[in-house]
Amino acid sequence: MPGSRSNRALRFWQAALFVAFLAFWHVATSPTLLPPFYFDNPHKAAFFFGEPLKVLARTWDWFSSGTIYPHLWVTLVETVLAFVIGTVLGLGMGLWLALSPVASALLDPYIKALNSMPRVILAPIFAVWFGLDIASKVALGVTLVFFIVFFNVYQGVREVSYTVLANARILGASERQLLRHVYVPSAMSWVFASLHNSVGLAFVGAVVGEYLGSSRGVGYLILQAEGTFDINSVFAGILVLTAFALLLDWVVSLAERRLLVWQPRGGETEKM
Amino acid sequence: MVPALVLEDITVIFVSRDGARYTAIKGTTLQVAPGEFVSVVGPTGCGKSTLLNVAVGLLQPSAGRIRVFGEALAGLNRKAGYLFQTEALMPWRTALDNVTAGLEFRGVERGAAARQASAWLQRVGLGGFGARYPHQLSGGMRKRVALAQTLILDPEIILMDEPFSALDIQTRQLMENELLELWSVNRKSVVFITHDLEEAISLSDRVVVLSAGPEAHPIGEFDIDLPRPRDVAEIRLTPRFIELHTLIWRAMKNEVLKSYARQQKQ
Repeated sequence: MPGSRSNRALRFWQAALFVAFLAFWHVATSPTLLPPFYFDNPHKAAFFFGEPLKVLARTWDWFSSGTIYPHLWVTLVETVLAFVIGTVLGLGMGLWLALSPVASALLDPYIKALNSMPRVILAPIFAVWFGLDIASKVALGVTLVFFIVFFNVYQGVREVSYTVLANARILGASERQLLRHVYVPSAMSWVFASLHNSVGLAFVGAVVGEYLGSSRGVGYLILQAEGTFDINSVFAGILVLTAFALLLDWVVSLAERRLLVWQPRGGETEKM
Repeated sequence: MVPALVLEDITVIFVSRDGARYTAIKGTTLQVAPGEFVSVVGPTGCGKSTLLNVAVGLLQPSAGRIRVFGEALAGLNRKAGYLFQTEALMPWRTALDNVTAGLEFRGVERGAAARQASAWLQRVGLGGFGARYPHQLSGGMRKRVALAQTLILDPEIILMDEPFSALDIQTRQLMENELLELWSVNRKSVVFITHDLEEAISLSDRVVVLSAGPEAHPIGEFDIDLPRPRDVAEIRLTPRFIELHTLIWRAMKNEVLKSYARQQKQ
C-alpha cells in the first residue's frame, strides 16, 4: 500500500504528542517534582488539575472492579434511545413537511424558533416531566437529534433529482411508491451524512441530562466526584466519556460504509 | 389506421416568476404512425424537449390537443416510455433493481421481475453487471440500463430525448445500432429528439425539422427512404444519405444560424 510508511510515521507522532502531553501534565502537577512556581502550596496544582497517574489508576479501578459498567450501560441506553427516537421523529416530520407545502409554510416559524432555542435549558423541565430516570435524558437527546435529522430529511427531499422523480413517475410509480422508492432513499442518504453529528448529540444529551440530575450514568459519576472535590475522578470520567464517544463514532463509520455502498467514493479502485 | 400519437396545434407558453412570458412552441402538429421511427431535429434551445414533455404528459400545453391511439391524453401517458437526456437511474438501486423498477411498480412478483430484468440486461449487453450501482458503470452502460428499464415495460410509444448526446462518438454509434436492432424486433412508435442531423437520418423513417425558438414550429418534413436493416456508420457513406443530408440541411441551416445569432446577442 503506498503511503503506509508516512502513515505509520504520522501515527507515531500522534502517539508521541499524547505521551508528551501526559508527561507535561505529570511534571506540572506532581507535588514533589518541581518547586511550586505559581501556587504557594505544592499540592494546589494537583488539587486543581489532577494527576495523570492517579486519573489512569482511577479509570483502571473502575473497569477492574466493574463499578463503571452499570453507569456506562445506562449512558449507552440513553444515547441509543435518543438517537433512534429522534431519527424516526425527524424522518417522519421531515418527509411530511417537505411533501406538504401548506404544513411547511404554517409551521416554518415554529420550527425555526424551536431550533434556535438553547435546548439544554429544557433539561430541568424534562426532569420535572419525566422524572430523574432515563426518560428525561432520552427526551433531551431527542430534542437535539430531531432537528439535525429533520433538516437533513427536509433538504434531502427538496433536492431529489427532477429527472429521477419524473422517470419513476413515467415508469408507473404511484405517490406511495414514489415516497418509498424515491423520496425516502434520497432523504436517507442525507440522514446518513449527518449520522456522526446526530449520534454525537444523542450522547451529549444523555451526559448533560445525567449531569443535571440523576442517580446513574457516567455524567452522574462526574457530578458525584465534583461534589467531593475529587478532581482525579472527574478527569477519569471525562477520559471514559471521550473514549466511549470515539468508539460510538467508529461504530457509526462502520454502519455508514455498509449502508451507503451505492454512493460514489473518491478514487475508488479495484485491487489486483 | 389510428395514429399512435397525435400532437395537434400545440402551443406552450412559459411564464416566469416575474411575469415574463416565453412562447417555446407555437402551433405545432406532429403525427406518428404505429411502428414509425420519427426524429425531430432543430437547433439547440428550440423546444424539442418541451415537445416531448408534452407528449409524455409531464407538461400541460397552453393550447392544443394530444391523442394517444385515438384517445385524448389525461395525466401521464401510460402507453409511452421515456428515455431522458440526463441521468434518470435511481442511484441507490443496482442496475438490475433499476431495470425491475417499472415491473415492481406494477406489482409484478419479485422473482419473475428479476428474471425478466436479467434477460433484458443480457439483451443490452450488460449480462454480468446486474449487481453494479450506477456510479460504478460508464456513461454508455448507464444508458443501456436506462434503455432496458424503459423497454422492459414494452411501451407502445418510445420517446427519446437526445439519449446519446452525452456519449463519445464510437459508443454512440454502437448504441444507435443496438437501438435499431432492439426496435426492429417488434416495431413500436419512436419519437427521437436530437440536434444531430446525421443521427436523425440514419435512424429514422421520417425527419421533422423544427424552427429556432421562440415560437418553434415544424418547417419541414422529410421521408427517409433508406433501406433497412441499416448500419448507422456505413449508411452515412451512401449517396442517397448524402443527398438527403444536403436537402434537410438546406432547410435547417437558416434556423441554426438564427439560433446562433440569438445566443451571441445574449
